[in-house]
Amino acid sequence: MRESTIMKIHYGTALAAVALVAVHILMRLTMGYAESLEYENVLANYKFVPYAIMLELILILLAVHGFNGLRVILIELKQGPTYEKAVSYGCLAGMVGLIAYGSRTIIMTNMGMV
Amino acid sequence: MAQVSGIVNEQTSTPVSSSKSITLRISRYNPEHDDSSKFMEFNVSYEKWTTVLEAILDVKKHYDHSVAVRYSCRQATCGSCGMIINGKPRLACFTKISELDSNVVTVEPMNNFPIIRDLAVKFEKLFDSHQKIKPYLIRDDTELESDQKEFLQTPEEVEQYIQFANCIKCGLCNSACPTMATDSSFVGPQALAQAYRYVADSRDKGKDSRLKIIDDSHGIWRCHFAGSCSQVCPKGVDPAMGIQLLRGYLLGFKS
Repeated sequence: MRESTIMKIHYGTALAAVALVAVHILMRLTMGYAESLEYENVLANYKFVPYAIMLELILILLAVHGFNGLRVILIELKQGPTYEKAVSYGCLAGMVGLIAYGSRTIIMTNMGMV
Repeated sequence: MAQVSGIVNEQTSTPVSSSKSITLRISRYNPEHDDSSKFMEFNVSYEKWTTVLEAILDVKKHYDHSVAVRYSCRQATCGSCGMIINGKPRLACFTKISELDSNVVTVEPMNNFPIIRDLAVKFEKLFDSHQKIKPYLIRDDTELESDQKEFLQTPEEVEQYIQFANCIKCGLCNSACPTMATDSSFVGPQALAQAYRYVADSRDKGKDSRLKIIDDSHGIWRCHFAGSCSQVCPKGVDPAMGIQLLRGYLLGFKS
């Protein structure tokens, strides 16, 4: 993939994540902040499908943005074809792993398996 | 030895009887012999018009002819005498000692360049990167038709790129760039600014090929817009702005 395409995704995910995280924070303000973080209320959020979808989107956006940012930092620190390939594939694997693990948590909680 | 004494006897550009003097600290380093650089100090007299380059050349004439320094035109045109002067990348021929406002003037080789010896650095990577972005007009019709005189441009079209055409390839922008300090493969602000110079030229048709070259993992996207390159340019070129404008083409804001 061309670097400009990757960076368009990088900037796009950042903007989208800011918007969705803002919604997420505003939802915390619908009740007392401490109350919103109580076990039952957190589970209720996950079981409400539109909110669970939003959390999944935030997870994907932040994972893509974060791991690409990490890739950029690492290839600026050190150079070399083998190293850069390892960093790129390593970050891709980390991104997929994080999304898979986070999705598992969201899906299991949504289905009442937790 | 005869040659050395000949140099010593030569008339100096700065009168020895000058009332004002500074301590000139010159970084000395020979990669073939030395493990690290060390500073040598010289007491140099100066007038208000004396440049750092003239002071270095006085040191070469009077104290130590082995100081390695690259210079040529002495009028900020050739871009040969770039060095770090009191911590900032500058042209030695374009920096007066009096304007530094310091009793100690420290000169070091430019950062982000391999050192040949003392103040002289290798420019190969700078020129390679410059050459890589195709620094010339690309057109299909290389020959003029018989009824044409020249490729005419409006003043507005010239305005788009003219400041970037002032680049003298001195390497000060690359020396100041924080990305170049860690990313040895980064194409650098000099080459990116020159890429913009040709992309923005209405006579040029090589935009796509140039954008493809700089759209690399060590290309234009590694610029963090620190702006150091623009601050140190002795010719008033603004590479940081050129890079941002070039990004506009790659992000689809400009065509």
